[in-house]
Amino acid sequence: MFIDLGIIVGKIAFVLVNILNGAGILTWVERKQSALISDRIGANRASILGIKLLGLVNSLADALKLIFKEDFVPPRGVRVLHFLAPVFAMAPVFFTMAIIPFGPPIELWGREVKLQILDLDIGMLYILAFGSMAVYGTMLAGWASNSKYALLGGMRASAQMISYEIILGLSLIGPILVFGTLEPGRMVFAQNNYLWGWLPQWGVIMQPVAFLLFLPAAMAETKRAPFDLPEGESEIIGFATEYSGMRWGMFFLGEFAEIVVLAGVMTTVFFGGYHIPFLFDATEKLGQAGFHFPWGAYFPLGEWTVVILRMVAFGVKLSVLMWLQMQIRWTFPRFRYDQLMRVSWREMMPIALLNIAVTGLLVLWLAK
Amino acid sequence: MTYYPELLRGMWVTSRHFFQNFNRFVGRALGMKVKRPLVTFQYPEERRPIAPRWRGRHRLMLRPDGAPRCVACMMCETACPDKCIYITAGEALDGRVEKYPVAFEIDLLRCCFCGLCVEACPEDAIRMDSGYIDLGGYSRAEFYMDRDFMLKDSALTTHAQYRGELDGVVVTRVDLLAQAKQH
Repeated sequence: MFIDLGIIVGKIAFVLVNILNGAGILTWVERKQSALISDRIGANRASILGIKLLGLVNSLADALKLIFKEDFVPPRGVRVLHFLAPVFAMAPVFFTMAIIPFGPPIELWGREVKLQILDLDIGMLYILAFGSMAVYGTMLAGWASNSKYALLGGMRASAQMISYEIILGLSLIGPILVFGTLEPGRMVFAQNNYLWGWLPQWGVIMQPVAFLLFLPAAMAETKRAPFDLPEGESEIIGFATEYSGMRWGMFFLGEFAEIVVLAGVMTTVFFGGYHIPFLFDATEKLGQAGFHFPWGAYFPLGEWTVVILRMVAFGVKLSVLMWLQMQIRWTFPRFRYDQLMRVSWREMMPIALLNIAVTGLLVLWLAK
Repeated sequence: MTYYPELLRGMWVTSRHFFQNFNRFVGRALGMKVKRPLVTFQYPEERRPIAPRWRGRHRLMLRPDGAPRCVACMMCETACPDKCIYITAGEALDGRVEKYPVAFEIDLLRCCFCGLCVEACPEDAIRMDSGYIDLGGYSRAEFYMDRDFMLKDSALTTHAQYRGELDGVVVTRVDLLAQAKQH
């Protein structure tokens, strides 16, 4: 009983530490990556006793600055909501990560342990539900600020997020139809099958259109460029106008955590989760763990090597997707608001519906 | 519809920059000799080389005996399009020139660095070649330069080479010719 509890706490701690560290490191990655794109060096001035760690200390300096900055609540603003809004913006993100499987099921002390905090049958709905919770953060921030500009900014933000929430949901229906399950663990499991014996059935291969819809919709949900109309820090007045100090920081830390989580969802649904093509564990290939190539070659590996390789693969896929989101953020110009809405409702929405129809017909036809 | 291919092209450009610079970084970390990859100057320690044509903050030139060359003729003040030069003339007592600037002030916050004062000066008393690029300050007063401040950047040796043997006689054409030869 204590072992079960320990395992659960351990998994939660592992995921939380990874997201929080990931979000912290992403603040550094963002500065360094944008610097490299524009042929600069990037953050490298902060140092502790001369140790700079390639500019990582700058993130620490940022955090210190934010913590000691004046924490301003507008007079006649709603104090409680003003305090709660960043929490609402940040907390749902962490809940979402609970159902992402970050490794294969393993056997520990005679138990089967799934490397996934929550094994939930309605997993995808859970992701979408908590994804939409973040809207409350922006809306409450705008409302509690007692500022018409912040309120309008919050309205704009929530309108955008709800528009893209729909695309997010519709684009996930394709993979759900194909894999026939809402549970992320089983979705990942289904992706280790092979079309014609050699093409891995990853979501991006089975549902390329859904991926192309999901990626921009997910980026719009993180409220980052090119969809950064909700905040547009220095140019547009957004929902976070009346926020300062660490509460402002929480909005943006939540954003970075959201990047990690969305990369996790994308890995799970579209990039085969923790799977490496042609790598099987013992239960899948009658006790012969290792690489089974389609031309018959077999490269044996230990059971635990497979587990570690798969967890590393998950990490690598996560990092590549986070890199991709950053690269998109630093490449594309911001949309105008009417363009933003047009892309969502008049371009992505019909494509998403068409994708669902075609996928449904194909699934029906192939199932016969 | 033409928008989407361009997005991919943009991604290609930025990714190329990213990976080129990233590889250089990695190469340097591994001790490989790579040419300076990036355009950043570590500013306070490392300065950007200044082109010979650079025109920086104004300075006032001295005669070999250390007196300001300026004869307070007001030509620069007249030529200044921003009206940011303020000269107060006084009678010179050394007998070589009639007037000298009691006060010579430039308000850098109004100055547009057009160089018309330098062009207008018949005595070559004001120059803008002093190489200063860090025109920063914490208050408005710091941008208000007075005569002595502008004089202190002009060592005697810098212009003695132009007109040493002329010994204080103001012959601007010679100066200009010498300057032309210098560059």
